Amino acid sequence: MNRRMVIAILALLVFGAVRMPYEAALEKEHKAAYFHGANLDLSLREKIGQMGFLAALSGFRALVADFLWIHAHVLWERTEWGAMKVDFDAVTALQPRCLLFWSQASWHMAFNASIAALEDPKQPREALRVKAQREYWKLGEDYLIRGIANNPDVYTLYGDLGFLYREKFQDHCKAAEVFAKAAKFHDAPVFTHRFVLYELAQCPGHEREAYEGLLKLYKTGENERLPTLMKWLGILQEKLNVPADQKVYIPPAANP
Amino acid sequence: MTATPTATKHKAFSLSRVSAIASNTLLELVRLKVFYFMLLFALLIIGSSFFTSKFTFQEQFQVLKDVSLGAMSIFTWLLAVLATAMLLPKDIEDRTLYTILAKPVPRFEYLLGKFIGVLALLFIAISLMSAVFMVVLYTREQDALANAARYVPDNALPDQLNSIRAASFNSNLLPGIVIIYLKSALCAALTLLLSTFASSWIFTVIMSVVVYLIGHIQPIARQAYLDSATTSHLTKVFLALVALIIPDLTSLSLVDDIVVGNAIPMLLFVKTAGLGVTYIGVYFLVGYFVFSGKEL
Repeated sequence: MNRRMVIAILALLVFGAVRMPYEAALEKEHKAAYFHGANLDLSLREKIGQMGFLAALSGFRALVADFLWIHAHVLWERTEWGAMKVDFDAVTALQPRCLLFWSQASWHMAFNASIAALEDPKQPREALRVKAQREYWKLGEDYLIRGIANNPDVYTLYGDLGFLYREKFQDHCKAAEVFAKAAKFHDAPVFTHRFVLYELAQCPGHEREAYEGLLKLYKTGENERLPTLMKWLGILQEKLNVPADQKVYIPPAANP
Repeated sequence: MTATPTATKHKAFSLSRVSAIASNTLLELVRLKVFYFMLLFALLIIGSSFFTSKFTFQEQFQVLKDVSLGAMSIFTWLLAVLATAMLLPKDIEDRTLYTILAKPVPRFEYLLGKFIGVLALLFIAISLMSAVFMVVLYTREQDALANAARYVPDNALPDQLNSIRAASFNSNLLPGIVIIYLKSALCAALTLLLSTFASSWIFTVIMSVVVYLIGHIQPIARQAYLDSATTSHLTKVFLALVALIIPDLTSLSLVDDIVVGNAIPMLLFVKTAGLGVTYIGVYFLVGYFVFSGKEL
């Protein structure tokens, strides 16, 4: 090794020492902006194999995730729910900022797999089918909760979770709580605000809160006087024994 | 009376000499028919867009963007490594290097011209790939919009059209493409540095690929080792040396997150791009330093 080579290596070492604090600070900024959030641990290597893991580590996470996503789609056509979950776990670990993957993984588990479990012809005992159905709901819920943890800056998955609590778990209190979180985002759709109140209306002990919220929306103008809003306003007026002179007129079409 | 030739003063640095070498390098690389890979790229993304036609439009656009930007990363990296690794050995083999350096052309200008030629090739390649990608994405978007207009009820149509537009192109992809370019330029600078002391171009290519892999893995490995209580001091010294010499390429691996819609703030983009440019500059200068003392 000649003198120049030694100087070149020393120069690279000095450059390394200068750049490392800058890179460490930049890495923190990247993480704060939700970059590099993928969890590339050894359990992922078992799921995607050595080559897939190497490709993911080499900066081709998105491609590996897509390959697995397409594979999961093939498994869906074969209704292999367990294998699909393995793929979904890997896909979401590789691309934790992709809302589509969290949302669809949850939907497949909570809506498709759960129905398949409930109608499973190989399981004669209904209690076990119902139990399996609920387990798939929980899996769907788990994807959304983990998705929210990775994407706390977006309303979408909160909305999906609220929908899941409403449609599957029939847990209106939790649905209201989650829709309320979604509604706090400035870009959340306007219906999210109404959904909070519709769910509160069905949450025991929160009827008054729901009624006041719905009445406030009602008073903002014609645009808010939608059939579902009118329906819930009518139900709550009766339930809360609102005095006749304070009652809002509910047209027959929306009258419960 | 005969006119005496006037001797023009030789400049220590001449942009015209650099640009002449750069344009020749680019021409040589183009003559190697490297752009045939464009055909493969086009087939790949058009194929992937048809392959996913039974998916929802969000999934289709997601896969199309992932495949396109992933393929851009792979192709530009391969192009950077292969084109740069062959620059010096080919010129030595053809004796072009001796012809050029026998003239009053400093080695710095020669190396800079060669490097700029490769950067120009990478720029053309990524521009062409971006153009093909945009055309395919636009076509798919128009297709999805037409289908929505045909099948979606009128009251839900505006929301559906907005969803389609939001899922297809977004301006965040542009900084992502710039970062892919910078990363490939960094790989070219690194390969150039390796080729200044390497004995063969195969060695340069292998070393460059190995450094690329280590550059991506070493931050994760370092973290894992440093978090472990059983790591010896010797291992820690070794890790520090690797971290000091090998570039941390994860700093420039933002595309996987950008492609799913993660917006990169302008200041963060500038800082990241600045790091990439600094790497390129330092590796080039160190490469020149080794090359300037090389016995040819």
